[in-house]
Amino acid sequence: MKSLKNFFDKARPTFEPGGKLSALGSVFDGFETFLFTPRTTSGPSSVHVHDAIDSKRTMIIVVLALMPCFFFGMYNTGYQHWLALGADSFPFWQLMLYGFLAVIPRVVVSYFVGLGIEFAFAQWRKEEIQEGFLVTGILIPMICPIETPLWMLAVATAFAVVFAKEVFGGTGYNIVNVALVARAFLFFAYPAQMSGDKVFVASGTALGYGTAVPDGFTCATPLGQIATSTATDSLVTVTGIDGHAITTWDAFLGLIPGSFGETSVLCILIGALILLLSGMASWRIMLGVFLGGLGMGLIANLTATPTYPASFMPAWDQLLYGGFAFAAVFMATDPVTAARTNTGKWIYGILIGVIAVLIRVYNNGYPEGAMLAVLLMNVMSSLIDWCVVQANIRRRMRRLIVKTNANE
Amino acid sequence: MKIQIKKGLDLPIAGAVTAADVRSVPAATAAVVPDDFAGFQPKVDVAVGDSVLAGDALMHDKRFPAVKLVSPLCGKVVEVERGERRRLLKVVVEAAGDDFKKFDLTRTTPQDRIDLLAESGLLALMRQRPYDIVPAADVRPRDIFVTAVYSAPLELDTARRIVAEDKALLELATGFLAEITTGSVYISHRASWTLGPVQGAKMVMVEGPHPAGNAGVQAANIAPVNKGETVWTLDIETLRRLGHLLRHGKIDNRATVAVCGPAVENPYIAKTIIGAPVEALMAGVKTVDTKHHRIVSGNVLVGTVVAADGYLRYPYRMLTVLDEGDDVDEFMGWASMSPAKMSVSRTFPGHFLKRLFRPDARLLGGRRAMIMSGEYDAMMPMDVMPEYLLKAIIARDIENMERLGIYEVAPEDFALAEYADTSKIPLQHIVREGLDYLRKELE
Repeated sequence: MKSLKNFFDKARPTFEPGGKLSALGSVFDGFETFLFTPRTTSGPSSVHVHDAIDSKRTMIIVVLALMPCFFFGMYNTGYQHWLALGADSFPFWQLMLYGFLAVIPRVVVSYFVGLGIEFAFAQWRKEEIQEGFLVTGILIPMICPIETPLWMLAVATAFAVVFAKEVFGGTGYNIVNVALVARAFLFFAYPAQMSGDKVFVASGTALGYGTAVPDGFTCATPLGQIATSTATDSLVTVTGIDGHAITTWDAFLGLIPGSFGETSVLCILIGALILLLSGMASWRIMLGVFLGGLGMGLIANLTATPTYPASFMPAWDQLLYGGFAFAAVFMATDPVTAARTNTGKWIYGILIGVIAVLIRVYNNGYPEGAMLAVLLMNVMSSLIDWCVVQANIRRRMRRLIVKTNANE
Repeated sequence: MKIQIKKGLDLPIAGAVTAADVRSVPAATAAVVPDDFAGFQPKVDVAVGDSVLAGDALMHDKRFPAVKLVSPLCGKVVEVERGERRRLLKVVVEAAGDDFKKFDLTRTTPQDRIDLLAESGLLALMRQRPYDIVPAADVRPRDIFVTAVYSAPLELDTARRIVAEDKALLELATGFLAEITTGSVYISHRASWTLGPVQGAKMVMVEGPHPAGNAGVQAANIAPVNKGETVWTLDIETLRRLGHLLRHGKIDNRATVAVCGPAVENPYIAKTIIGAPVEALMAGVKTVDTKHHRIVSGNVLVGTVVAADGYLRYPYRMLTVLDEGDDVDEFMGWASMSPAKMSVSRTFPGHFLKRLFRPDARLLGGRRAMIMSGEYDAMMPMDVMPEYLLKAIIARDIENMERLGIYEVAPEDFALAEYADTSKIPLQHIVREGLDYLRKELE
């Protein structure tokens, strides 16, 4: 490590103001602090010891928690592709390789565009590079359909990073979740390409690997099938690409068409466990979202009507399909955009659950509501916190008034 | 009365003193540093070469000329150090003789009594809320909170060093303070307190981790400071010093100092005086290694860095020596799974180990915006919302600072939050600036 450190020490003057590569100073600093803990010490009259936790570790833990979903996404991408081909054997490693090759260009594009913008802004503001995009960069390919064209992904990432984050001041200052803004941008800017039958299943070859699926197959997501169903008295039977009925168990495991990383509730729960045990995410928010979704699902199911086919779904299924569980665990719990007071976290979480199911059931135009629910509550979270903080203020004011009256 | 503190943290740091090693450390010189006394605007009263008695004023406060900082030693003024724009940095006195100034103790009105505290330098050893400054000498406090709980990291349990003979002094001093306040004198203590109730005071038993010992936490849990009110806070040692003054008519310049810290191999308890030279206290101290060290006068949460040729600073209770850390290159420290890392985060194995740590002074990360929520709350056993109060302070929003309880807090209340902060924000500094700003705007 000594030689690596020496290398950095030798290279530093080149990147410092006045050096030849001073325009890349923030990038250099970013890599150096990544490899070596900075020597910065506490001020002369502040706290003299600091906790070992820092924002790099925090963000990496979240990325780790996403990994089960990511690996499952690779498998499922391959699996759905094989299904679409009409295969009856599913060789594990070939599926994984196909999924890997299908997703890796998306990860590269997301990180390349996002980090590029982050680096440029950090340099422009003369700040350190912040770690927030480490998480956002992996989230974006995970919540988008696998067939999203790369150029759209690049445009959406750039839009989200610039207009949802950098204009507000960077990591820690954004109002809405950056990854969700990218997803919403795709959804509203390219509705034709981003919904419908084909986009959720990889149909072409992945970087030349695999066989392209001939045209003519349909592979709507379960929620898509339900939203467009015309059944009058009961839930339509949702089917997979090969026509077999999707069971609750399939939905839990995640072997269904959907966005790359969102389908497996099992893997999402493993991620949730990592986040909660490490203390990185709020259990209040997570539990709140699930309770809210369950509650609203029950109400919708009790008052089921053919006008809204999704209301025939059992409440439990509301939590298993679509992006609901993923939003509850990884999106709603982003501490920057979520409510920050303990009471506020409950309200925020429950409302996300309720609104997600509300949109899903009662707006046939949007088969999935979790993304929009989180975005909406991101905007409302400050208001919720404001109300909670007012309670503290009122307590203080009352004390003062009681005191003043007693003295009179 | 009993207060159970649930939030907070006892930092498991190595290098505590043991009761066994107590040494007397004579001080040839002593210094008074006005910077230690927030709110005190110094005007020097002596010149180099002047002879002073222990208890003679070295400087007074421009706001309240009666408030003095007094010489801890009898001898000669050898240095009046000034910094930029003639700002007074410190006054150093060299010992010669052993004479004390005799104070006139006949005091009747509350204002007379406050004046005695002011003249004897004892008022400067106390703090008032709001603003966490030396108490204004023209305001009778609503209540006075005395803490005999020493909960800060490595802190010497000074309360245990208050012996039975001192109880009469404590009662004398309590009676004196009770005449000043319009309310009550509270004394907080641990379950291990052996002296029983102090006559004239309301005794409060405090249980739980640091910051249980902060007088402000006591105040917040008994009777929080409202707008327009003033309370005083002091520790039991200062109360004993007041008792000594009232009994003998002269100041008590003695100080019991823990010389300790994770970098010290042989921590000990020094019997010395207020403002003693660091060099004398550090003589004979062996460090565990030869890395760069940082000497902190005070504990690792709220102390001040002192130079090896500097002086013991207010509140004259401890020197903590730890590694500076600026000579360490740690490869990918953020990914470390080393059990030697001290953290409140469950992602570090050290969190689960019952062990003592040897932390250094590094920030261990880069400064960021507030990202994680609830970190500060978990460290503050007070009914304030720290994140929102801090944001109001940063925005210089006086109305919201007041509404969110700025009058109830002192920088030290945010020290543990600053320790635990993922974003490494200097919270105490922010609060100090906010309090000073508010005071300037409102006065």
